[in-house]
Amino acid sequence: MPEITGYAFPNDIHVHWSLMIVMYPYITGFVAGAFIVSALFHVFGREEFRPVARLAMATSFCFMAVATLPLNLHLGHAERSWLVMVTPNLSSAMAGFGMLYSGYLLILALEVWFVWRQEIIRYARQSRGWKRTFYAALALGTYDSSPEAVAVDHRAATILAAIGLPGACMLHGYVGFIFGAIKANPWWSTPLMPVIFLLSAAVSGIALLTILYQVVAKLNRRVIEGRTVAALARWLWFFLILTITLELLEIVMLAYEKSESWHIISQLLTTRLEFSFITMQMVVGGLIPLILLGIVVLMDKYLHDRIRNTLCIASSILLLIQVFSMRWNIVIGGQLLSKSMRGLRSTYSPEVFGREGVLMAMVLMVLPFVLLWLFNRVLPIFGDDTPEAEAHHHRAPPGTEVPT
Amino acid sequence: MDHAPCTQASTAPPPPRDAPADAARREFLGTAFKVSGGAVVMLAGLEAGAISETHHAPPPGGDAYNWEEHRWAYVIDTSKCIGCGSCVRACKQENDVPDGFVRTWVERYIVGPGGSYVDSPKGGLEGFPPVPTSFTPTKAFFVPKMCNHCKETPCVQVCPVGASYRTKDGVVMVDGSSCIGCGYCVQACPYGSRFLNPATHTAEKCTWCYHRITKGLKPACVEVCPTSTRAFGNMLREDDPVRQTIDHERVSILQGHLLTQPQCFYLHLDMEVR
Repeated sequence: MPEITGYAFPNDIHVHWSLMIVMYPYITGFVAGAFIVSALFHVFGREEFRPVARLAMATSFCFMAVATLPLNLHLGHAERSWLVMVTPNLSSAMAGFGMLYSGYLLILALEVWFVWRQEIIRYARQSRGWKRTFYAALALGTYDSSPEAVAVDHRAATILAAIGLPGACMLHGYVGFIFGAIKANPWWSTPLMPVIFLLSAAVSGIALLTILYQVVAKLNRRVIEGRTVAALARWLWFFLILTITLELLEIVMLAYEKSESWHIISQLLTTRLEFSFITMQMVVGGLIPLILLGIVVLMDKYLHDRIRNTLCIASSILLLIQVFSMRWNIVIGGQLLSKSMRGLRSTYSPEVFGREGVLMAMVLMVLPFVLLWLFNRVLPIFGDDTPEAEAHHHRAPPGTEVPT
Repeated sequence: MDHAPCTQASTAPPPPRDAPADAARREFLGTAFKVSGGAVVMLAGLEAGAISETHHAPPPGGDAYNWEEHRWAYVIDTSKCIGCGSCVRACKQENDVPDGFVRTWVERYIVGPGGSYVDSPKGGLEGFPPVPTSFTPTKAFFVPKMCNHCKETPCVQVCPVGASYRTKDGVVMVDGSSCIGCGYCVQACPYGSRFLNPATHTAEKCTWCYHRITKGLKPACVEVCPTSTRAFGNMLREDDPVRQTIDHERVSILQGHLLTQPQCFYLHLDMEVR
């Protein structure tokens, strides 16, 4: 039985939304964040993101593929989850998930198809046997690789990215809405919640790509483009500033207003969430990367490539922890305080094994990378023989970094 | 949206309109069976078959109950509660409430100029042992709590599949057969009156003993309350004591600022109570 400080309603001592509900916004955050990076290239024409554009899209797709798993693992009756799609209660924010998820998945799948279409056609023509059948099926019967068709592909990818960007924002803003629209819980109920979720999604997505891009480039013995890392750092810093500002504003507003709930929320933050909120979310995951990325952005021309890249990797790792802490503090923190506003329950420790345990969460985090590896086997992310890649990727000897 | 009540309400089969006549007939047949040593087995079988055919698929609450004629409300007079916990025990027994959870509970408030102390050990199931306080209390009282059966209920609003619903007669219910166990309603209820049943993995809450009130009985908690702290009535009947109280007395509701329009009304509520 959990320990209670103060008075909690008898039914309020259970943490019904477990680690899986922490994982759910964490994973969808990567979907939205990675998509924002790919859109910076496809929609806004930021050339410096060309080397990561395809990686970003594939990452977004692979995280999207597992996004429903934590939810289904959490549901008391996962076998009935289809009812959300078939008989949705339209007044429920949660009922929108089925439509938003399916719509966004469709856009993402179409975009992947248009971006990789030329490779699909080439593999369908060059390979033999079952492989040929597989790629022929992926080609959907169109083998037009004329310059006009390629131009159409590019146009379609741009339009889909332009639709997908608000789609990604809505998907993640909606996750924030799920919490922000619960008036019963003062720690959740704020219109800032969807915005904070969205901005931290951008932070987690860009941070992940900053790491992934450099790791994948190293593994493939490719050049790590300095301007790409620098650009990722700039956007990461920008989104981090916005996120931290809003996260602090939320607290400062409550404190300054001396709102009814501040009494219990201040206790929550300084006792139960002292480590995960103050230490991890604000200092280790917030302030330190803010300074490190500030150095990268403001002193870029004085930094050696290796130092800049290392600083970016270090900041990104801290930011991945920051965003996870933020999800934890919202989801779990909100359930530690009782709606009696008079009591807090002891900190929740997730089970290790079991459906909603730590091991399962780790599997969920590894799974998208396994999918990414598979994706790369089927549709090479760095198609080094494509004209696009040839123009922008140069082979480098192992262990060297070429400044641009 | 209004639905036909099911699950908890329908677990006990409702009596048909002519229940007393049927019961008498069954009793007679039972006696006849015993007396005649089975000579009337054939007859009895025929009779039973005929009865079940005429009463297939009864409406919720039985034929006699018309939900258009009821709009239920609940009044709690906190000045009368002695904290005996009979209501909590009766509810647990009547509704098979799992250990560690409550559908109704009683809170104890001990208040003084120097501070306040609130508790509800096991929801008041086993009464309230004496507690020492660090301040000098000047007043103490008990407050029974339960689902407020709100008109603008957040739990029904957020249920993604419509498993939570409000009946025409004003009772908020859960259809356990379509609940997906997401727990969103538990989070959305400002009063902490819902929980996920660890056995069925579905949301559960007070139903005002729907299976009883549709038979003309009172909810179990009202039935057993020795001090008449709890009262239950029909707002569509002008002479109903509960309606009279709500219409003519100064009543309060819990967390009125959330605009959920609770249908549980309180008399003599202290400002310490949320």
